[in-house]
Amino acid sequence: MPAMSIVRDTSFSQEASTHLNQPKADAAGAAATAAIVVEALEKTYATHDGGKVQALGPISVTVPQGGFMTIVGPSGCGKSTLLKLLSGLIPRSAGSIKVNGEEVHEPHRDIGMVFQSPVLLPWKTAIDNVLLPAKVLGLDMAASRVRAQELLEMVGLADFAGRYPSELSGGMQQRVAIARSLIHDPSILMMDEPFGALDAMTREVMNLELLRIWRKAGKTILFVTHSIPEAIFLGTHVMVLSNRPGRIVDLVTVDLPAERGLDIMSTDAFGVFSKRIRSQFNTQGFI
Amino acid sequence: MESVHTSAATTHTTPAPAPFSLRRKLKARPELLLIPGVFVAVVVIWEAIIRYFEIPIYIMPAPSNIALSLMNTSYWDNALYTLGEAMSGFLLAAVFGIVLGGLIAQFPLAEKTLYPYLIAIQTTPKVAVAPLFIMWFGFGMTSKVIIAATIAFFPILVNVISGLRSTDPARLELMRSLRATRWQIFTMVRLPGALPMIFAGLNIAIIFSILGAIVGEFLGSRKGLGNAIMQMNVNLDTAGVFATLFVLSAIGVCLHVLMGILQRKALFWADSSKIPTV
Repeated sequence: MPAMSIVRDTSFSQEASTHLNQPKADAAGAAATAAIVVEALEKTYATHDGGKVQALGPISVTVPQGGFMTIVGPSGCGKSTLLKLLSGLIPRSAGSIKVNGEEVHEPHRDIGMVFQSPVLLPWKTAIDNVLLPAKVLGLDMAASRVRAQELLEMVGLADFAGRYPSELSGGMQQRVAIARSLIHDPSILMMDEPFGALDAMTREVMNLELLRIWRKAGKTILFVTHSIPEAIFLGTHVMVLSNRPGRIVDLVTVDLPAERGLDIMSTDAFGVFSKRIRSQFNTQGFI
Repeated sequence: MESVHTSAATTHTTPAPAPFSLRRKLKARPELLLIPGVFVAVVVIWEAIIRYFEIPIYIMPAPSNIALSLMNTSYWDNALYTLGEAMSGFLLAAVFGIVLGGLIAQFPLAEKTLYPYLIAIQTTPKVAVAPLFIMWFGFGMTSKVIIAATIAFFPILVNVISGLRSTDPARLELMRSLRATRWQIFTMVRLPGALPMIFAGLNIAIIFSILGAIVGEFLGSRKGLGNAIMQMNVNLDTAGVFATLFVLSAIGVCLHVLMGILQRKALFWADSSKIPTV
């Protein structure tokens, strides 16, 4: 595990967090190990009558290299918006986003995206769907094909490379999407409620799979969810967002062992984290 | 007790896999029997009515007269001629429709600007313009090809545009997250995704192209099935007219089936219930 000292574990108000991330020495020290540095990020939308609506922020946060940060919050708080901002898919209104030290203005090559739905192309086989980013980015196709097969193996679909999406279950399709997000070997993976549409059982299996993939591939992962247990189970850090406009109300470092089984969810330590986040939800009044 | 025992025994005997049988197939698809059945019934009743009421052949021929006409007269020449006109027109319309539709869909401003004109042209009966084409391009094949193309063009164009415009936003977002170029988005996502709509347009267009060729031949021609119908009408050869209609409908059905095969090959991935049908 890389050092995580730059991420603060204390509950802090938004003002405090902005302040804490401000000092130059801190930012410089973070540059070496931080995958993503966000400072005073805001998103506002223009309304029909010419006014402005604050949708998100200000948010300041640092995601360490190799960390698994889950983002949890009430629906409509801007979780997905935050992920789209960080990935460069939508423009921000204020603040700064640095991915591997580079300011983000457009989608970054070093980011792999997994969306709420698998978004597979139905006319392509599983392996050709995995190869899509390689084709778009103009990578060496022969080498990519080998890698795609390895990735399919990693997500447990080695025997399904030649199948079309319609022949795969929802869970399998989402696994293909995960393999696709890794084909160009990005150092950061951004996942927007990728297992939201799956049934509880499949979801648990997918969570275990994802942890295994994370440990094996050594990526930095940002993972949006609305499930508190999922957020704790997966994350090394949990970002708790408030109601719209979404702000960080708590940043929890989950110091559970990296090798986790589903049984960890019934431990006391897990309960403590769950209680802490839930109490944040309660004080915010979103439950 | 006894009855419980037997019922348990029956549930345990698994039925042997049924061998392929015609009876089973017809049971699953009764239309395979009903379709030719309707044809036979219509032919028999038609024949009976004509004979019973002794309707003169120049008013309404019996199926047997039509069959005779089909056997005695060669329709091949005219059929191939008309088919050639229609298919040339169809291909012309397909190429122009897809290229122009693709261009228009790429530029929203172009679409907005041209849309009212497209609607105006689309709602004008193209048949009404046909006499002009005869005047401009003469009695030969060219005028018919152009009439067929004009009529077949719009359903293709409209479907290409709406197919390309209805791309799943999630797919566009995926491509944008990969920083795909406009051309990559078009060829990898938009165009393949639009194929079901494009095929629906082609399906209509291929039938429309026959219509165009026939209309053209009605207006002025030396050859073709449309020309044959006009001549037979003048000669009161009603059985011949019906035989020509039969040939035309056979051509139409063949083209429809051909398009269906092509469509299934190209759109094997599409949920067939979502493919718009004519």
